Amino acid sequence: MVEKYGLIYKTVREIRGPLIFVEGIKDALYNELVEVKLPDGSEILGSVLDTSAGMAIVQVFGATQGLELGVTARFTGDVIRIPVSSEVIGRVFSGSYKPLDGMPPPLGEKREIHGAAINPTAREPPSEFIQTGISAIDGMNSLVRGQKLPFFSEAGLPHNIAAAQVARQATVPGKEEDFAVVFCAMGIKHEEYEFFRREFAETGALERCVMILNLADDPIIERIIAPRIALTIAEYLAYDLDMHVLAMLTDMTNYGEALRSISIAREEVPTRKGYPGYLYTDLASIYERCGRIKGKKGSVTVFPILTMPGGDITHPIPDLSGYITEGQLIFDRDLHLRGIYPPINVLPSLSRLMKDGIGPGRTRKDHADVSNQLYMAYAEGVKARGLARIIGEVGLSERERKYLRFADEFEMKFVNQGVYENRPIERTLEIAWDLLALLPEHELIRIREEYIREYHPRYRKA
Amino acid sequence: MLKGEIIRVYGSLIIGKNVPNAKIGDVVQVGPLKLIGEIIRIRGNEVSIQCYEDTSGLKPGDEILNTERPLTAELGPGLIGNIYDGLEFSESVIRTIAGDFMKKGVRTAPLSRDKKWHFTPKVKNGDKVVEGDIIGTTRETLMIEHRILVPVGLSGVIREIKEGDYTITDPIATLESNGKKIDLTMMQTWPVRIPRPYKSRLPLTEPLLTGQRVIDSFFPIAKGGTAAIPGGFGTGKTVTLHQIAKWAAADIILYIGCGERGNEMADVVTHFPELEDPRSGKKLIERTIMIANVSNMPVSAREASIYMGVTIAEYFRDQGYDVAIMADSTSRWAEALRDISGRLEEIPAEAGYPAYLPERIAEFYERAGRVVTLGSEYRVGSVTIMGAVSPPGGDFSEPVTSLTLRFVGTLWALDTALAFRRHFPAINWLMSFSRYVELVSKWWQTYDKEWLKYKTKATAILEEASKIEEIARIIGEKALPDDQRLILLVAEMIREGFLVQHAFHEVDTYCEPEKQSKLLRLLIEFYEFTEPLIKAGIPIEKIREFKSIVELMRLKERREVEYIDKVKNKVLEEVKTLAKQYGVEV
Repeated sequence: MVEKYGLIYKTVREIRGPLIFVEGIKDALYNELVEVKLPDGSEILGSVLDTSAGMAIVQVFGATQGLELGVTARFTGDVIRIPVSSEVIGRVFSGSYKPLDGMPPPLGEKREIHGAAINPTAREPPSEFIQTGISAIDGMNSLVRGQKLPFFSEAGLPHNIAAAQVARQATVPGKEEDFAVVFCAMGIKHEEYEFFRREFAETGALERCVMILNLADDPIIERIIAPRIALTIAEYLAYDLDMHVLAMLTDMTNYGEALRSISIAREEVPTRKGYPGYLYTDLASIYERCGRIKGKKGSVTVFPILTMPGGDITHPIPDLSGYITEGQLIFDRDLHLRGIYPPINVLPSLSRLMKDGIGPGRTRKDHADVSNQLYMAYAEGVKARGLARIIGEVGLSERERKYLRFADEFEMKFVNQGVYENRPIERTLEIAWDLLALLPEHELIRIREEYIREYHPRYRKA
Repeated sequence: MLKGEIIRVYGSLIIGKNVPNAKIGDVVQVGPLKLIGEIIRIRGNEVSIQCYEDTSGLKPGDEILNTERPLTAELGPGLIGNIYDGLEFSESVIRTIAGDFMKKGVRTAPLSRDKKWHFTPKVKNGDKVVEGDIIGTTRETLMIEHRILVPVGLSGVIREIKEGDYTITDPIATLESNGKKIDLTMMQTWPVRIPRPYKSRLPLTEPLLTGQRVIDSFFPIAKGGTAAIPGGFGTGKTVTLHQIAKWAAADIILYIGCGERGNEMADVVTHFPELEDPRSGKKLIERTIMIANVSNMPVSAREASIYMGVTIAEYFRDQGYDVAIMADSTSRWAEALRDISGRLEEIPAEAGYPAYLPERIAEFYERAGRVVTLGSEYRVGSVTIMGAVSPPGGDFSEPVTSLTLRFVGTLWALDTALAFRRHFPAINWLMSFSRYVELVSKWWQTYDKEWLKYKTKATAILEEASKIEEIARIIGEKALPDDQRLILLVAEMIREGFLVQHAFHEVDTYCEPEKQSKLLRLLIEFYEFTEPLIKAGIPIEKIREFKSIVELMRLKERREVEYIDKVKNKVLEEVKTLAKQYGVEV
């Protein structure tokens, strides 16, 4: 391909929020990369959002402070691409891929950051169980390689600690393989970033980590490209270098807000809470970049974190994310206040790909039934707890009391665990059976009889 | 050829000028890659084009060619087992050309031009034929015989027809029509936005069995009917549709993944070829056609995928088949309409959706039906449509859900609370409805003369139980009178033993109608047997202790239908023993 050096225009006629309107240009490409040079010599990237004969609307991905009508805009004749190579591992970049570690800019093959959809016939259905060592995940909402499974949390809950624990402990039992973490920060605080950095450094993961950072005080608009850069790197590492990549994206709520501010600047018709109608499609273009490809070794597992504004799961960002991701792990304030870590409320949580990742040869044959029964019993217990709040525990039937006790124990022994406690799946299932033994055997209707006979503590001891 | 040119590109919307002979609905080819678009608005010498592919890299001045033809589907042998994108390009072929990632501008014929099919004529030289007549057949898969029809609008006398191996573009017969000779091929085309014609509509009388108990027994869908399955995320829309695609007693399944997850489509693509149809024992892929337009593929192609799917379905209907369409999710299609409407700066109605959303939804569902097809012989075919709806925030009052409910015959309302306790399928029995219950009850009578009575009783118990539960939530179950506690017990048995169905359990995944009717009957009989005991003052705890309860609830996991009678006898025995103990006569 012929390298184009592009055309330079100094005809900016309007600046509105993150949008600049360039006049006089006849044939800007839709989505063309534009480099805007400020009077102080610094440069910000942008791309063409709307092109017509004589006018191009460019959204810029950097701070708009200092922009003036006299800036120069270079139209590069190409869409946004970034250079990728194995050298990027261990490095730290800004949200627009500028080095933050004092080293020179990366070189390598150039890849388009918007990425193309994986052909559905090329996808390998994800089925490799990832053991995170956290019972609430492994036992109830198992994660598999190539999945996209988010944390839905709230401000003040320990989602970062849990995320770091996942990153630290995640393994595929019985396999030693090349892995990498691509960490993309969008609008998180410096101290949060420092926490992750320290965690990764302590476990030696830092050398296997690529960081794309847009912190709380960095330009909001940069958040539009930051996750796309991160995922372009992730895809390269997975499908070209055969690595298993965990792409952590935090915090997607901040991303959504950046998207909204562009939409509002463009005066688009808003839908819910001012978010644009294409929010679903836009989020999908990020989350959908997870997966496995037939005949390739590597995988991209997308692990987004988002905080639900006001704890509201029906807010557009968690809501639409939930429609795209393959499940969700929900953090609960009540559990947190009761001192349970990780405060994952398993009832509304879900992993859609769990069924393919568990069972004989992967975890254990009774896993699916046990998890199903735990769900049912815990739901019964929570219901009994609600009832006990009204009529008191004495008013409960014997059966309800048993379920109530089960729910309490389930939270204390199964969900609750240490930050550095790494439970193998066998241990998780063992705890599960001990809890199920609190219930009369005839209540275990969701578990096959032969499994009860094999794993139930009553028969195990005999 | 005269060409127009682009003057503006704005997302999937392109404005062009001087496009020759522009008509609404004309397919145009845009830019150097000849991207496919459709003219949706004309003003003076300017046209608005909805582009079905990614518009990155297009620029003002790029040329626009007008094909002057509407968006059409290619129809003929080779459709089954294929997996298409929204424009009917075969994704497996695209993969051989473009690699593992989708690439815009890659063109491939929807149906293979090289493959030869063995054609067996069904008419002779000199036979008079009219539109819709079957002139011959070819075996497309072990399950499906592809019937070659006289295209719509043609009739005349067959002048030449011969058995043999042909490609879909080879002439297989010559038709003399009004003095003109027309070559017929196995392939034909049809504009996707226009419903294919038929002779007349028929009343819906037969259920489309799905092997899912809550659907078949409680909220059945008729062959030719429509159903909506709305639910918040995680309530199991996709799994339910997958289950129906696997086990529904239709001849052809058309699965449209419209703006949904790639990994889930991969699951269908990978596992369907392995699964067997319980009725014929053949592989499910031999009756399945898939359209996979996943959520990060171009938005506007979602719109095309819905129409493409329903057109292919109608084509098989016209051959006399029962076709079932699953569209997951129609909300994403509606969002595509909203997207383009917003870019056209149309004044939005509700939640940003265009004012013509209701008519689009109605048009789509109205393409379902059971019909007498064209052709001189009497032939019946049907298209059944089942659409998932993804209401934002799980709110059923939002426009797409509330509009869809106006146009469908069955509602399977998915319930978050049921999903939380892993009660799947999470179809809420109080909110759902089926307008086909009366129609299909006759059919069920072949299994059980009193089917309707037991079904109605089961719904009544569930309804009653929900009322009692409301009270129990305040005063506790223990404080309730025993007759009410018995209803709670039976309702729980119906829920766990009948309504909950494990999609991934080797036996439970599919439940034949005979088993369904027997199981339902036994559950209600349990109530009828035990109610007199409670009335005679025997405490509910004694009934709860019945060993047969667990067995009854586990019956769904057993393959043998005869076992149901054995459990029934056990129930009766326990009832008798208990009655004797308390000196009660039964």
